[in-house]
Amino acid sequence: MYEFLAGPMFILSLCVFFVGLLVRAIWYVRGLHWQMDRVAYGMYPGPGIKGAARSIGYWLLPFGTYGWRAQPFMTVAFFLLHLGAVLIPLFLLGHTLVLKAATGIALPAMPARIADFLSWAAVIGIAMLALRRIALPEVRILTSAYDYFILLVTAAPFITGLVARYHAGDYAFWLSLHMFFGEVLLILAPFTKLSHIILFFMSRAQIGMDYGIKRGGINGKGMAW
Amino acid sequence: MPEGTFCNRTPIQSEKALKRLLEDTGGKTYYQEMKALEVDRDLLWGTIQKTLKSRLRTWLGICAHCGMCADSCFLYRISKRDPRQVPAYKIQSTLGEIVRRKGNVDNAFMHMAMETAWAKCTCCNRCGLYCPHGIDMGVMFGYLRGLLYQQGFVPWELKIGAGMHRVYRAQMDVTDKDFVETFEWMVEEYEEDYPGLTVPVDKQEADILYTVNAREVKHYPEDLAEAAILFHLAGEDWTVPSSGWEQTSLAMFAGDWEACKLQVQSVYGAMERLKPKRMVGTECGHAHRATVVEGPYWAGRPDGRPPVRSIHYVEWLAEALRTGKLRIDPEKRIRVPVTIQDSCNYIRNHGLKEITREIISHIVAPGYFREMSPNREHNYCCGGGGGFNGIGLYRPQRNQALITKRDQLLATGAEMVIAPCHNCWDAIRDLVEEFHVPIKWSFLKPLLIKMVQVPEHLRPENS
Repeated sequence: MYEFLAGPMFILSLCVFFVGLLVRAIWYVRGLHWQMDRVAYGMYPGPGIKGAARSIGYWLLPFGTYGWRAQPFMTVAFFLLHLGAVLIPLFLLGHTLVLKAATGIALPAMPARIADFLSWAAVIGIAMLALRRIALPEVRILTSAYDYFILLVTAAPFITGLVARYHAGDYAFWLSLHMFFGEVLLILAPFTKLSHIILFFMSRAQIGMDYGIKRGGINGKGMAW
Repeated sequence: MPEGTFCNRTPIQSEKALKRLLEDTGGKTYYQEMKALEVDRDLLWGTIQKTLKSRLRTWLGICAHCGMCADSCFLYRISKRDPRQVPAYKIQSTLGEIVRRKGNVDNAFMHMAMETAWAKCTCCNRCGLYCPHGIDMGVMFGYLRGLLYQQGFVPWELKIGAGMHRVYRAQMDVTDKDFVETFEWMVEEYEEDYPGLTVPVDKQEADILYTVNAREVKHYPEDLAEAAILFHLAGEDWTVPSSGWEQTSLAMFAGDWEACKLQVQSVYGAMERLKPKRMVGTECGHAHRATVVEGPYWAGRPDGRPPVRSIHYVEWLAEALRTGKLRIDPEKRIRVPVTIQDSCNYIRNHGLKEITREIISHIVAPGYFREMSPNREHNYCCGGGGGFNGIGLYRPQRNQALITKRDQLLATGAEMVIAPCHNCWDAIRDLVEEFHVPIKWSFLKPLLIKMVQVPEHLRPENS
């Protein structure tokens, strides 16, 4: 089972993930329409790029925007989850070994202590996001089973990975389950809301260009995100 | 009855049709007919397939349902935090639902969508600043309004407003002749006080082409005189066009994109005909948004700019004060606590936040200016934007919506609020009446007239 999940299945998941997200990004750009969107995307590359970079950059900064500062609980939950969700898959020692074995690509590995911390942080972040969905009426009204499904798909690799890491239970079983859920996540990403892995950047770049090119970026200091 | 005589899918195309619809006072029959108006589902879905591009599709699709937009919406905040006022919910339950159902929605749904689009969103675009994905629900509501307008589900006043633009190329029944005559008459009224004051009409290649809001012609003609006086005192080479002078667009509020295009083309036509160095528009927010920010796209201009550089009145004024074309008598500067209303349409949506502060630094004595909180691009809508001010059917909701601005104003402790935007000005006037708030409100022009120094060579001889 391990060989299958670490070999062909892993390669397949990576392909679906990267090709799928790339296609989503290409579709997104191809579907932009200067007149319908009312943004002259191609005409002002300078303000466009500046606007896009500011729009993405500030939102990647914890408490970097008015929105983040207005909602500290959400901000903490968001960054706890996303720090782990980005760094753990790439730089956890076990992951780098599997990646090297399967593809030959060697990424540096992070110390185990940091990996532990980030993994727990991600789980806590997910729990906080779930709690928000239950507790806050303004989030509850928007929440559907699909939103919990996405949280579950995101949580599963972390939880199974932690169980395996602490050798709680049958290690081989939990490791396989962990790999399975990790690959499920990779495969689902392009077809679900997880596509925000790439579309977050596209969408933020778009609104940044909108403000940078059309809605005043050229007039002043730029939007105070 | 698939379509009514008043309430139907056909835009107003003639003066006769416009007058008939106006005679249906308050839209009584119009709204009665709307209850039986059928939804043309093929048209609805066909339009969506043609016009819902990846930006909007993605916005609808990747909304994380996180609710971070909730607190950004003033209508949510003043509705006792009713979850049905959360921007993401409002757009998902209307446009999102129409898309999910592939246009298969009924009359009752369209009524709900109409109320949501015009009474629960002013298209102020504030929520877009608070969404991690940068989802601008104001933009989506603009799109939804277009779909609703096409189906005939549009508030009576806005059907009329869009019709006005189609018939008169103005938001009111003000003809080109009315405009020129009113302007000339107002200037004559002030000729004695300001010798040499004129209104140059259709002057070729002037430095400034001035465009206005039809309301000024019809209801506030002093505004025209004040504009003329300030240009005169600043020594500007300016003109007004005998046609293409109307900068506003109720068609934009209505979602009548065809009328939007007709309207801005009339203004761009004047620019092309008279070849001014630049255009200056009056103190109006949505007029600037329509003609300068969005208009070029309606007119199909790939550079996203009007034919000549076009600026808002506050930009011209700041420049005139900065360069000394207009000089303020320091003794006459404002000496009461004063605040400024940041209009969504040119502050949040056109980046002019520092320009208005620059004006304040010239016209308010030090120590008297109070910022609202929040301010600049994070300011709240006045409560009457996006057409909300003018819709009788939603008057109670609009009055409720004024609470945010009332409380913001009261918190500043200001005795006066400067509102260089017709919509904001109206909303503030109404909130003062509705809630008996002790605050004065004003455009910039009348304040400037009172404090600007008249150069010696422009003074009347007997003074």
